[in-house]
Amino acid sequence: MAAHSESIIREPLITGKDITYAKITNDILRPVENMPGRAWWIGFTIASLGASLWVFAVSWTFWYGIGEWGLDKTIGWSWDITGFVWWVGIGHAGTLISAILLLFRQNWRNSINRSAEAMTIFAVICAATYVVSHMGRPWLAYWPLPLPNQFGSIWVNFNSPLVWDVFAISTYFSVSLVFWYTGLLPDLAAIRDRATGIRQKIYSVMSFGWTGSVKTWQRFETVCLILAGISTPLVLSVHTIVSMDFATSLEPGWHTTIFPPYFVAGAIFSGFAMVQTLLLVARKVLGLENYITMFHIEAMNKIILLTGSIVGVAYLTEFFIAYYSGGEYEQYTFLNRFIGPQWWAGCMMYGCNVLMTQLMWFKKVRTNIPISWVLSIVVNIGMWFERYVIIQISLQRDFLPSSWSAFHPTWVDMSIFIGSIGVFFTLFLLFVRVLPSIAIAEVKLILKSSSEQAKKKLLQHGGLDGEQVEFYKESLVTFDSVELADYEKL
Amino acid sequence: MSTTKYILGLFDDPDEMMHGIDELQKNSIPIYDVYTPMPIHGIEKKLGIKDSRLGYAAFMFGCLGGTTIFSLASYMLALDWPMNIGGKPAFAVPDFIPITFEWTVLFTAFGMTATFFYATHLFPGRTPRVMDLRATDDRFVIAIDAKGNIPHEDITNVLKKAGAVEVKHNDRKYVSYE
Repeated sequence: MAAHSESIIREPLITGKDITYAKITNDILRPVENMPGRAWWIGFTIASLGASLWVFAVSWTFWYGIGEWGLDKTIGWSWDITGFVWWVGIGHAGTLISAILLLFRQNWRNSINRSAEAMTIFAVICAATYVVSHMGRPWLAYWPLPLPNQFGSIWVNFNSPLVWDVFAISTYFSVSLVFWYTGLLPDLAAIRDRATGIRQKIYSVMSFGWTGSVKTWQRFETVCLILAGISTPLVLSVHTIVSMDFATSLEPGWHTTIFPPYFVAGAIFSGFAMVQTLLLVARKVLGLENYITMFHIEAMNKIILLTGSIVGVAYLTEFFIAYYSGGEYEQYTFLNRFIGPQWWAGCMMYGCNVLMTQLMWFKKVRTNIPISWVLSIVVNIGMWFERYVIIQISLQRDFLPSSWSAFHPTWVDMSIFIGSIGVFFTLFLLFVRVLPSIAIAEVKLILKSSSEQAKKKLLQHGGLDGEQVEFYKESLVTFDSVELADYEKL
Repeated sequence: MSTTKYILGLFDDPDEMMHGIDELQKNSIPIYDVYTPMPIHGIEKKLGIKDSRLGYAAFMFGCLGGTTIFSLASYMLALDWPMNIGGKPAFAVPDFIPITFEWTVLFTAFGMTATFFYATHLFPGRTPRVMDLRATDDRFVIAIDAKGNIPHEDITNVLKKAGAVEVKHNDRKYVSYE
């Protein structure tokens, strides 16, 4: 296995000189084993202030009720469900990276799967809090569960997509957690075996007594493969069911059969954007440039371009079907996105998601870190507006003009949304401090086949196709962690 | 008499460790276990470890989960309290598919992972039985039971010749208890 050397035309997945197994452990565990730097503290302070705002605004909602939000009798769902769908969508990239890319044997996932899975879990936590707080009476949040009760028992309605959603989101969260934690065990053991005192005790409990014996590793890989196999349809089902919350209604703008694939593509699209937002910063601050390389960044940008374009096709289809259906309410809803009072929200949706991502066709854009980062934020904003437009602008003006309304968010709406971003970043920043943000064992697995130094050895060994060597050297030009001068004499 | 309990051959390269296993087996020296910081593909064949049966467990748990929720939903909506929802049938099989799917996945994941933890003795707080602390970092460790495997010098030489960077003669089986 390890003796196998990869084709020279593939870009390296680990860059840098003299990377040994020990160096990988040291590099990845540096943030875990040392006190955090100033950048971390600044980030953590801002994030926890946001989280405090969230606690305050959610407590306010619980105390006074959802009348404190900008809802009225026409618009019963707005920023709450927008935020819910946005966060769930962001979570999908983690599962795509950890499960689908594993099934497709994409080795580049090994450097980014851990933090993306962590992001999934934190994003689903944020989403779940919206579901609970939009219920109005959160102490009755167990009502959608099929529990015996004193009313008959009158059971939950399993024909309802909202009940399916409860099952889908809770399954998704718990299965993602199991997948993530099982994958963490070998790395927790690595921390344990280097730590002393109380830290060793804590990581010892957390690592479940992992030793890395042959049988454990073999079983471990089977478990990961099967978990990946079942998580793949799971992640597709989750956003399909989320989309059915809307698609099974009769609301113009929601009542659309294209919603399931459209939502799934949008979810992966926004999720990868969030992974990009986080990792471009994390690789710099945590000094992980050798493990999260330009290849990873460009690959993620390509996925953003692909899924963004799928979303674009879905938008066009939606417009065409609205026209072709001949239904005047349907047609008006889609016109209203551009000529209605909130036309600017429609422009944000189509502009950020479709037009801006088309810039990714250019390699210069895909491999430019500041531009990639800005575009990832643009996608996040665009995807929030997508849900806002679908949910809220559709509700605003439907069948009965006498009940047309307009949504004005209150400070509580805004604080919960900004606060949930704070909660997310607080959790993520704590994660990079106490757990390895890259799967150590999985990166070690590709060191001998896909690292820059292994490729360099191949070059020094000679006997390769000159054209392929040139191709390889050219591909390295965009890498910010590669010393190009080394390649001139090769 | 020697107090050595286990002989450990520490390698810094997985391929050399595989070579070490071959050499030991050529000399008919039984291997107790191998500890590595990452999964090594092909090693289980060398050591004669059978294929995992976790897939069967996963399948069974999946069937159990799907059956459970489908039966529950059918009992609740079709038998215990059938409701007239738009005149549609109470036993609405297509509507039960999403939840049946979700619980199939849920039971598979939890059941299989629990089986894995049970079968490999992993649980929170279990004392790690570590033979060498660097086996989770950068050492690929072959452990040989010293009892009955003599002379120890020969084993040391075989390991050294195969490329071991260090050979340890440990008086205790596990180093992680102190």
